[in-house]
Amino acid sequence: MTEFKVEMTNVKKAFGPKKVLDRVDLSVKKGESLVIIGGSGTGKSVTIKCIQGLLVPDSGSIKVDGTEIVGMSERQLEQINQKTSMLFQGAALFDSLNIWENVAFGLVEGKKMKKSEAKEIAIEKLRQVGLTPDVANLYPDEVSGGMKKRIGLARAIATNPELIFFDEPTTGLDPIMSDVINNLIRDCVTNLGATAITITHDMSSVRKIADRVAMLYKGKIIWQGSVAEINSTDNPYIQQFVNGRAEGPIQMEIKS
Amino acid sequence: MIFASTGRVTLKFLRSTGELALFMTKTLSHCVKPPFYFKSLLNQMIEIGFYSLPVVALTTLFSGMVIALQSYSGLSSFSSEGVVASVVELTITRELGPVLAALMVAGRVGARMAAEIGTMRVTEQIDALTTLSTNPYKYLIVPRVLAGIFMLPVLVLIGDIIGIFGGYLISIYKLDFNSANYLRNTWNFLRSIDIYSGMTKASVFGFIVTMLGCYNGYHSRGGAEGVGSATTNAVVASSILILVSNYWLTELFFAR
Ligand SMILES: Nc1ncnc2c1ncn2[C@@H]1O[C@H](COP(=O)(O)OP(=O)(O)O)[C@@H](O)[C@H]1O
Ligand SMILES: [Mg+2]
Repeated sequence: MTEFKVEMTNVKKAFGPKKVLDRVDLSVKKGESLVIIGGSGTGKSVTIKCIQGLLVPDSGSIKVDGTEIVGMSERQLEQINQKTSMLFQGAALFDSLNIWENVAFGLVEGKKMKKSEAKEIAIEKLRQVGLTPDVANLYPDEVSGGMKKRIGLARAIATNPELIFFDEPTTGLDPIMSDVINNLIRDCVTNLGATAITITHDMSSVRKIADRVAMLYKGKIIWQGSVAEINSTDNPYIQQFVNGRAEGPIQMEIKS
Repeated sequence: MIFASTGRVTLKFLRSTGELALFMTKTLSHCVKPPFYFKSLLNQMIEIGFYSLPVVALTTLFSGMVIALQSYSGLSSFSSEGVVASVVELTITRELGPVLAALMVAGRVGARMAAEIGTMRVTEQIDALTTLSTNPYKYLIVPRVLAGIFMLPVLVLIGDIIGIFGGYLISIYKLDFNSANYLRNTWNFLRSIDIYSGMTKASVFGFIVTMLGCYNGYHSRGGAEGVGSATTNAVVASSILILVSNYWLTELFFAR
């Protein structure tokens, strides 16, 4: 048994001529909460999609629970994905299903649970993300963007996965609801023992959720350390990002 | 210049042909492996078979009518009731029934499938399926393709009856033929190969329409515009392929 849940070594991924990931090395211990920070479009979403096999890296190795997943067959990947789940940046709710069916989807289709049983769990998960049972029968196009995000979160945690990915969980939420969500993510790790990989721009989320922080810049992990270290580090990139300054070593590519 | 662009077009064509072949192989292999989603299959069968009935009925009705009229005026020098009845019967069951029904279904169902699956692709719902341990081929593609293969022959059978009825209406009420004679002639000319060749064609067309609809949707990218062009491609490609394969199927059945 390895102590790592996820190990990425030398992972490269390009779309056409555009190199998005250029030798990413990153590992996450079991039961740890890792937060990935970095500017928009630096490939954070691409990184976690590679770990789930939704995108196939051009080269490099990705191990989940010690098993190499690059080049794995579709069926084996399905086995691995049984233990993981994801909150998508755009929520990615199924428009053809109502809210509780969305939340219960992994239980009904993935775990073959009875519908009535799954519905109860779905309603409980909705409550945990601050939604009342009366939204359960609405459809995704009838709820606000912030609600979609929370429903996506409820769907991601419904199956009690071992490894959960949260792609910008608090973007578009008000500060109070953000805090509820941060607590919930922290709770998944601390009380349920899950391993979490979260992407966020929100420094208050970082401080609340993270055990460890990694920063992605120009296709590489340029810094990683514990959450306490982000305040004390003299790394200019981290300082600039944490304090949100336009001036510094990170040059935003502004195209006119 | 010319060589370069010809080469590019050729390469692109070869790549999409390869992609389509791979997509077909995957779909077919998932057809025979559980789990099976019978409820989605039923929904798709209703969508294709039931909701396409009005357009198919209308097109075949008027085609039957116009064939009766045209064959009477064109062949009137040696026309007899027998000729009109047989021309209507042959053209409808062998050619126009299957081709028209398939073209209508391509416009209605193929376009819809491309748009629906394309939207699911660009909003990451297809990725979400994978992360919830549900294979998108089994859940989305297989039910649609099977429904096309099963339901188009049924539509065509109904269209045949309505088309022949259209010819009958014109023959009796406009051309003043004797009703009993006309029906007897139709019946005497009718051979079982007319019907089952038409239905076999319909099955092939059902496969073409649903496969191209799903394929174009599944591989669409780039937001609303990508979904739009996926829809157009699905309809154009399947219409062309229907007409081309119709020729070869006719040759297979009738040319000796
Ligand atoms: N499927 C894809 N096809 C082509 N380019 C992509 C694809 N997914 C992501 N990209 C590109 O990769 C870069 C990184 O994207 P992403 O990981 O979503 O950024 P972020 O760090 O904001 O999550 C972007 O420039 C994006 O255009
Ligand atoms: Mg992103």
